[in-house]
Amino acid sequence: MDGWMDGWMDGWMDGWMGGWVDGLLLTIGITSSFQMQFMLLFSRQGKLRLQKWYVPLSDKEKKKITRELVQTVLARKPKMCSFLEWRDLKIVYKRYASLYFCCAIEDQDNELITLEIIHRYVELLDKYFGSVCELDIIFNFEKAYFILDEFLLGGEAQETSKKNVLKAIEQADLLQENIDYQTRLFAGVMVPSMASESSGLFQS
Amino acid sequence: MSDVVEKTLTALPSLLSLDSQPGSAKLSSTAKLGNLIRGITELTSKHEEEKLIQHELASIKEQVSSPNTTMRQMRELMVRAVYCEMLGYEASFSYIHAIKLAQQGNVLEKRVGYLAVSLFLNESHELLLLLVNTVLKDLQSTNLIEVCMALTVVCQIFPKDMIPVILPIVEEKLNHPKEIIRRKAVLALHKFYLIAPNQVQHIHNKFRKALCDKDPGVMTASLHIYLQLIQENAEAYKDLTASFVTILKQVVGGKLPMDFNYHSVPAPWLQIQLLRILSLLGKNDQRTSEVMYEVLDESLRRAEMNHNITYAILYECVKCVYTIHPKSELLEKAAKCIGNFVLSPKINLKYLGLKALTYVVQQDPKLALQHQMTIIECLDHSDVIIKRETLELLFRITNAQNVTVIVEKMLDFLRLSKDDHMTIDIVGKVAELAEKYPFKHYSTMNAVFSLGGDMMQPEIPNGFLKLLSEGFDSEEEDRKLRLFAVSSYISLLQGEPSKLPQRFLQVICWVLGEYSFLKEDLEPSVVLGLLTKLLDMKSSSSETKSWVLVAMTKLCWSEAAVSEAQQVAETYSSSFDTTLRQRAQELQHLSRDSQLHSRVLPPGGRLEPDEVVDSSLSFLDGFVSEALSAGAAPYKPLHQRQEELSRSKVLSLEPYGLSLPISTSSCSITDRQSPTLLSTSSGLSGDGTDFSHRGSSTTLRLDGVKRVWGREGYLAQKKPVEEVAQVEVPSPLRSPSQQGDANSCRSKTPTPTANPECDQEKQQLASSLFGGLSSQSSVCLISGAAKMVNIQRFRRKAKGQRSSSTTNEQRANPTVSSASAVDNLLCNNLLEADTEPINSSAKQTFQHPHSLSVANGACDAEAILTDGDPKERNQPLSSEDFVEADDSPPREDQERSKDSCLTPHLPAELSGFSHSEIIPLCSSQSLDLSACHVQTDNSVVLVVFITNTSEDANLQIQVFCVCESPVEEVRGRSVSVRQYSLTVKMPLVHFELVGMLSYSIPAGMPQAMMQFSYKLPLTSFIRPLTVSTEEYGSMWLAFSHDTKQNLTLIKEEREPLTATLNALNKKLSLHVVEIIGVEGLVACSLLQDQPCLMHCRVHAGRLAVWLRSPVPDLPDCLLYHCQRALQEP
Repeated sequence: MDGWMDGWMDGWMDGWMGGWVDGLLLTIGITSSFQMQFMLLFSRQGKLRLQKWYVPLSDKEKKKITRELVQTVLARKPKMCSFLEWRDLKIVYKRYASLYFCCAIEDQDNELITLEIIHRYVELLDKYFGSVCELDIIFNFEKAYFILDEFLLGGEAQETSKKNVLKAIEQADLLQENIDYQTRLFAGVMVPSMASESSGLFQS
Repeated sequence: MSDVVEKTLTALPSLLSLDSQPGSAKLSSTAKLGNLIRGITELTSKHEEEKLIQHELASIKEQVSSPNTTMRQMRELMVRAVYCEMLGYEASFSYIHAIKLAQQGNVLEKRVGYLAVSLFLNESHELLLLLVNTVLKDLQSTNLIEVCMALTVVCQIFPKDMIPVILPIVEEKLNHPKEIIRRKAVLALHKFYLIAPNQVQHIHNKFRKALCDKDPGVMTASLHIYLQLIQENAEAYKDLTASFVTILKQVVGGKLPMDFNYHSVPAPWLQIQLLRILSLLGKNDQRTSEVMYEVLDESLRRAEMNHNITYAILYECVKCVYTIHPKSELLEKAAKCIGNFVLSPKINLKYLGLKALTYVVQQDPKLALQHQMTIIECLDHSDVIIKRETLELLFRITNAQNVTVIVEKMLDFLRLSKDDHMTIDIVGKVAELAEKYPFKHYSTMNAVFSLGGDMMQPEIPNGFLKLLSEGFDSEEEDRKLRLFAVSSYISLLQGEPSKLPQRFLQVICWVLGEYSFLKEDLEPSVVLGLLTKLLDMKSSSSETKSWVLVAMTKLCWSEAAVSEAQQVAETYSSSFDTTLRQRAQELQHLSRDSQLHSRVLPPGGRLEPDEVVDSSLSFLDGFVSEALSAGAAPYKPLHQRQEELSRSKVLSLEPYGLSLPISTSSCSITDRQSPTLLSTSSGLSGDGTDFSHRGSSTTLRLDGVKRVWGREGYLAQKKPVEEVAQVEVPSPLRSPSQQGDANSCRSKTPTPTANPECDQEKQQLASSLFGGLSSQSSVCLISGAAKMVNIQRFRRKAKGQRSSSTTNEQRANPTVSSASAVDNLLCNNLLEADTEPINSSAKQTFQHPHSLSVANGACDAEAILTDGDPKERNQPLSSEDFVEADDSPPREDQERSKDSCLTPHLPAELSGFSHSEIIPLCSSQSLDLSACHVQTDNSVVLVVFITNTSEDANLQIQVFCVCESPVEEVRGRSVSVRQYSLTVKMPLVHFELVGMLSYSIPAGMPQAMMQFSYKLPLTSFIRPLTVSTEEYGSMWLAFSHDTKQNLTLIKEEREPLTATLNALNKKLSLHVVEIIGVEGLVACSLLQDQPCLMHCRVHAGRLAVWLRSPVPDLPDCLLYHCQRALQEP
């Protein structure tokens, strides 16, 4: 009698009790973070254009997440909610022309403000490139990264003043001698299949 | 000659790329990327792309390793390498070159180098160490842009161990004249705080300076740190509340420069950050909350513009209003705000409205009532995300009246759900509701098991079986329920069992094995036949098969069954699977011997819930010590073995420990429910894919966890409500009309098309969904605890990972534990002689102690209890002090009665502490030995009294008790008191001290020896540990040794939990940290430094406790005492 009771309780405790105790303790013990987990930019065709990870993950995981997420987001209909529950994260995404901007945040974070972070980033890109289109981002993705780093640092909004962000970028750019951005150069010699990428992000 | 040729050849690539002409180089560099991108776009198949990129990578690789590549070319190459990596092709060869570029390039090249590094590497990459010097150099650069770049990269990735190298310089930057540098420095410190909080502890006052910075950007940046700090310890920052309120006032009032406006809303990010901080500060604190009412009101009022950003602020504001100490006026406004969200035609706002409702509904269930029609519409929304959030909301407002409808809705959702994660979550919720409202439970669980499949967490079936076996209030109900289960399972098995998930089959097996006898018209052989079919099924896992075999074992008591069972046992007794073989053996033996069968598995036998399990296995002590003395190797727990294994490669320079802990391995007895035990272990391997899936999802999150608002809300008001709720739970009765309502709604679920009839249906659904909410008395919210279960179910894997990572750390650091094992031998020199020894010329002849501390097998070696300097205190008979010091009889009596005057008594300095009774240990003609132990704050003092009963002879004594003691002389008719301060090296249930006393009467005569032993329980070493709930939480996660058990609750009608914990507090001096509803947090420590935490929860009339400690065996030993303490009347 002793023995079988023992085993039974063990099994129950392992599963069930582990559940509530840790739930409670995680809640009281560990602070929540409002930090963004990652940001992905991808095209309507599912091509990744930019990726920024604010949490350490292995390359394999990153690839898996990207693949799954691109699929899920692309499958959403236009009138649907811009938020997604995905695993235990919230995904906030928005489409600008042919480009999807997609951020992962923690559940308790504010989805709407994340949506506005995306919008502010697009505004910054637009201001910097001058009516930005996907091609600008494709050919000058390192610039897009520089702008992102100036705006969001370590997953937190660093500088929310548009003027200040651009000032910082331009100061660095000034050193770039007198280079005119070759983007313009290539926008002219456009490949036919890239037509959609050249439409301004703010058109829609 | 050949030299010249070679040089020309190596220079060729750079010549070909026309790098000698700067203008064209620029062109060519971007052109190359452009070519690559266009090349990829023109491709049609994935295969071609792969070929192209591989080719590209090969050429990049060749160029980066060429010594002639200039930094400028390198910059371009890095951009291309980054691009290739983004497409999913590995370019790890370029990492080192990215670092080189950051190190050696000019500003522009550096910028690309740093970018590539931050994209390529993560925090733990070893190459990152090579970046430290570069960062250091750039931080000290006079070029602002270089400093900015260095700080930017530090904020993204920096090796934790190297923080001290750059910390002083980063700190210095806080005073930099340029605000951008100050801002980045603050963010860098924030980053440091996140990855290594201890490193920046000393600069907290500098954070304050940053908060007061004249530049709003720097101030905003500092709020990130404050949010973090306040989350961890709100108390310490209450004084800043007024400052935060002032800042928010100014921001809301539009005092910031226009630059910070976003769509003409002043600094929304800043506002949201401040609101988050305020809600943390005002939580459970009326006085602090009062400071912020005005500004919250202002925020709610100002944010009227119809833009997403104002809604974002409003949402945060509403959350804040509902988190801090409530003010009715504000609550009203906030509720109106939620209404605007919920009713908005914009789907994003609707979603947020539902989320906000979910957040506040525990505080104010009536709010859900107001929006019931919207909620019902959302329930049928075409977007699954909205549906999902609505179910979450409904889950929170479930009560006994609407549970059926809500569960039905959830099951509907499950039937359509394709997302594994959501399925797992909803299955967990349904199971929880079913557990909570068991009478509506049964058919639900069938649906849960078949829908949830093998994805669900193993605790769900386990919990269900437990519920079924423990039963409810009435025997009759139990019987009916079980009978129903048996019949429905039989018909399921007669159908198509191969379609059922494995977990469900296991449940079916258990139930049939246990309860099929209840169905009288059912022959066991029929059941056996059905079960045999399961065994033959290809899809059955071996785990399921072992459940089947156990069920068969329980069933084979009739004649017909036996032969069938024998046959099956025959087949499986040669199985490759050891578990199956084991079960088959059991089946074989038990089916042969019916007497044994009925003894081991009495038909209809019920669990005896009041069994006491001595999980420390102290009853084996004798056996263990016998085995040890026969030369057996001491048992080592798994972690220790692994530790040793990892250490074994290194030469061990430490002395071999004598210790042998009594460990409590879970004994595998062939028990009735053994598959349960089995399933929890094999569940891990069996569901490998599932777990890994969840695992990868949880690694994303840092350490944040969903806040449960109800717990931390305004508790003073909440508590009584919760208690009401608990009382209400078990009442299963509904008024017939309500029942009718619910039933009708279940049969007619509304359809999305809107017509008048449909509206009516919705009304009906509404009345059944929100039925219980209107009257406060029947409100039965899913309490905070229940909510937490869910979070946990979500994130179960996270815990697993965390714990496994801690064990890894342990293994990596074997020295820590080994050192502690040795160093635990403390010699406390705390005690000094306080009265002058009578014989001041005591001979200081030190002798080596005999190996002494041999006690019972258990205590033996690890009871390395050390003593301090033994204290000598000889008391002359006729001293005034003596009479005063203890309450011995007046002097006249003393002279008459020898016994009374020789009463041992405690030294004065110990009299303030609690002590045990003085127990006589042994005696001889002229010598009495007695002892007691005194519990001081940081040790236990063993006080040994040596009484010389002889009239005239002086004794010369020497006590060996672990340490030697000087030879002393004890005069006739006097008491010598010795004190030994004891500390614990290794926890045990009881400690037995063995000592030796050698004495000679009179002094100088041959010595006589006397052996004595003294037993003291672990509890005398236990001290209450005063910690806050937060500290408790973080400690809990850090501890690796744990044990779990169900204990008896003290029978008291009103508050059994409180009564029980108080009893533990009184008997074992455990500190009760907090009691939250049905859960209690208790903490204690073994003396000063070895904490043990206990988490208790009332479940099914018993107290489920879980103990955790960093010290192996401590939880088990303590549990034993808890068990004992609660049994005693």
